[in-house]
Amino acid sequence: MAASETISATERERARERAAEYLLKRHRFRPAEALPWLVAIAVFFLFPERMTFGSQVLIMVMFALSLDLILGYAGIVTLGHAAFFGIGAYTVGLAAARLQWSEPISGLFAAAIAAGVVGFITGWFLLRYRGLTLLMLTLATAILLQETGNLRSDISGGYDGLPGLTFNPLFGVFDYDLYGHTYYLYVLVALAVVFYFVRRIVYSPFGQALTGIRENVRRMHAIGSPVHRRLVTVYTIAASIAGVAGALFTQTNAYVTLTVFDFDNSAKVMVMLILGGTGRLYGAFVGAAVYMVLEDYFSKLSPTFWQFGIGLMLVLAVLFARRGVLGLFESAGEYFAERKKS
Amino acid sequence: MPQFANIAVSILFDGLAYAMFLFITSVGLSVTMGLMGFVNLAHGAFAMAGGYVVVSLTRSYGVGFVPALIFASILVGVVSIPFERFLYRRLYRSTDLEQVLLTIGLAFMAIAAFTYFYGPIPKSVPLPGWLQGDVNLGFRAFPSYRAFLILLGAALIAVLWYAFERTNIGAKIRAAVDNRRMAESVGINVDRLFTLTFALGSGLAALGGGLAIQLFGLTPSFAVIYLVLFLIVVAVGGLGSLKGTLLAALVLGVFDTAGKYLLADAGGFFIYAVTVAVLLVKPAGFYGRE
Amino acid sequence: MTAALQVESLNRAFGALPVTRDVNLTLERGARRALIGPNGAGKTTLVNLITGALKPHSGRVVLNGEEITELSQADRARRGLARTFQINQLFRGLTVLENLCMTIGERDGNCNNLWRAAGSRRVVIDEALDHLDALRLTDDALKLVRELPYGRQRLVEIAIALAQKPRVLLLDEPAAGVPSSESHLILDVVASLDPDIAILIIEHDMDVVFRFAKEITVLVQGAVLTQGTPDEIMNNEEVRAVYLGQEGHHGGHRGGRHG
Repeated sequence: MAASETISATERERARERAAEYLLKRHRFRPAEALPWLVAIAVFFLFPERMTFGSQVLIMVMFALSLDLILGYAGIVTLGHAAFFGIGAYTVGLAAARLQWSEPISGLFAAAIAAGVVGFITGWFLLRYRGLTLLMLTLATAILLQETGNLRSDISGGYDGLPGLTFNPLFGVFDYDLYGHTYYLYVLVALAVVFYFVRRIVYSPFGQALTGIRENVRRMHAIGSPVHRRLVTVYTIAASIAGVAGALFTQTNAYVTLTVFDFDNSAKVMVMLILGGTGRLYGAFVGAAVYMVLEDYFSKLSPTFWQFGIGLMLVLAVLFARRGVLGLFESAGEYFAERKKS
Repeated sequence: MPQFANIAVSILFDGLAYAMFLFITSVGLSVTMGLMGFVNLAHGAFAMAGGYVVVSLTRSYGVGFVPALIFASILVGVVSIPFERFLYRRLYRSTDLEQVLLTIGLAFMAIAAFTYFYGPIPKSVPLPGWLQGDVNLGFRAFPSYRAFLILLGAALIAVLWYAFERTNIGAKIRAAVDNRRMAESVGINVDRLFTLTFALGSGLAALGGGLAIQLFGLTPSFAVIYLVLFLIVVAVGGLGSLKGTLLAALVLGVFDTAGKYLLADAGGFFIYAVTVAVLLVKPAGFYGRE
Repeated sequence: MTAALQVESLNRAFGALPVTRDVNLTLERGARRALIGPNGAGKTTLVNLITGALKPHSGRVVLNGEEITELSQADRARRGLARTFQINQLFRGLTVLENLCMTIGERDGNCNNLWRAAGSRRVVIDEALDHLDALRLTDDALKLVRELPYGRQRLVEIAIALAQKPRVLLLDEPAAGVPSSESHLILDVVASLDPDIAILIIEHDMDVVFRFAKEITVLVQGAVLTQGTPDEIMNNEEVRAVYLGQEGHHGGHRGGRHG
């Protein structure tokens, strides 16, 4: 303690500069960030026969990314995120089936807006609560939306859904092919655009405020942060993104049923994110990819075995790897850095 | 009886039976969550396990239905103790999210294990003669099983109420729910208390699971499908409150039954609409503490 | 001249227990007032009522002439009311510098920005570093708060309050929990605060109180016992009774031995 009081002026200047540098450069793209995109493109060339599956993985990445904003950055735990995925999915589905509107890109925008509006309204009411209360309210909201769809199954197609949807070629030029090549690239581009926005938000002062809310909401109130407004904002954005993911789901599957609103869906995306690592942007990529690939392999082998495995993974993750796969990498990195120092 | 009154009586009767089931299965969850603040989503798995124990005992070992219920409750209650001591205890200071994830993981493992041993096809139980058919009360006949459920529920409520309000242990539990640190500082061994209430709650859940077989059929996914209901009852009633769990079970049970009777398809609506309505106005539930 | 902070007839009860009883208090600009009283007197509760963490059952709080009784905590903070907590309330998983940048960002509305990188506003970073310099925390700027010893964390707590550029500052036992070898750092900081800021400090240590305070308010069982200059308080019979436990409010009717 005494040493810092006798530190010289130049040393202090240098310490200042170092500190400033860190913050100034934090948001710059690092080379390692190109990795997931390179992998995604490599998959396109290496596994051309698995493109439909690949699209679903990318859609789940987008869905998990939207949840990371709420759960990883703002620290809000909900059980009804599938509601927004479902709204996006049905916006596109109903537009195609009932209104004969099959232009894909405008469908994405419509889905984002619809999901965003519902996110704004529900968020405004529900984000005043926390803990078990919020879990139950968000869960009940998702189920209510599902039941509403079931009520008017004449419109929604109920649990049998809306099959046989067709969509116009992209920009009127790129038609979808049997193996889903076009759609894979379409989803990849959509994901890249969404990711760019999410990344900017996370590194912005607003994103900083979200982290503050997660770390110590009491302090945030005390320094004058409009906490509720911030939460509703991020919730709306996350809902919109989840809606886009849902819209892509309907477009790539040419089919949508009410099961998109299932609690199962909300739980699945949460598990993916936790396994990958929350609050780390790329946790969504790692978690969704690993989960989907493992599920694809094991559930074909034996669905029971897969369910057991997922349960076991969760238990082990909570006990030994709280920060997910990326967290494990970080810990490993820190461990080796310590070893190198000594 | 006039048509309208007949329907009303049916709704009340079935609703009451359903409420008893909800109460028996959820009360343990409410008390353990109120006492330790631990979100246990594996609670439904204990209920499911209890149900399967009853199935095995009655089908493979010829044990009577009621003895099987008693045995299943005790067995599951005892088996739950090592879970609490060796697994749950490590997470008492963890975040809600971690507790949710751990217990959901356990639930998945349980579902998978029971699917492996019992298969996914719904199971039923052979009921003794006196629980089959109807019991005639003069103005109307009522299904015997549901009447049994109501009476059993009422008896359990009386026993639990007495235990909570009039015994030493009950007082200690209430004190610890109210203010754990205070209770510890006056010498109450809260850890041991929690193990006890946890075992009791799991045992009651197993009882509820066994009783549910006749009402809904039993599959391994019972563990998560009905979990949502139990959580709703607990949230709406208020954590740690016997009164609250009962009131919530009654309100939700009757509303859900009414909805299904009167509006068939739309029926599922009501229970969730009521939940949202109650929680918006009283976020801690009927008798919860803010 | 308008007082910086005015508290009028503030009342609050928890159930049947009154915790704040008809409290009146005024802080002029540049005030240096200490709030003292035995444990359980309701000092922190009073601060919570002033900052808006609790709502009173009756009474008013007026900040710089503007009534803020109905405003939220955040609204009051933005009008120039800052506080420190008795137990540190910091962003433990973030670096010290980020803690400060966040505070400044919320203060000047920077945190409404979703688009530009947080690091691109050099102005904010520089101001944060200035605050850290003033409290000799520059070396710790990039350390995570939870890695710092408690005493330095306490300094961060104060730095945050100062970074809000408050006109009224409420300090809740600023040296609490700090090892006595380091508490002088905290107290030096408090002593050198901007003379324009009105400060109310809750404190138990009488040396600190008499060194720092120009006025003292004594709170007992939620009500103001007396207010005055340090000299007046020191010589006040009732105050001595409360603190030395002779006759008066607590001791009196216990029966048994005679004094």
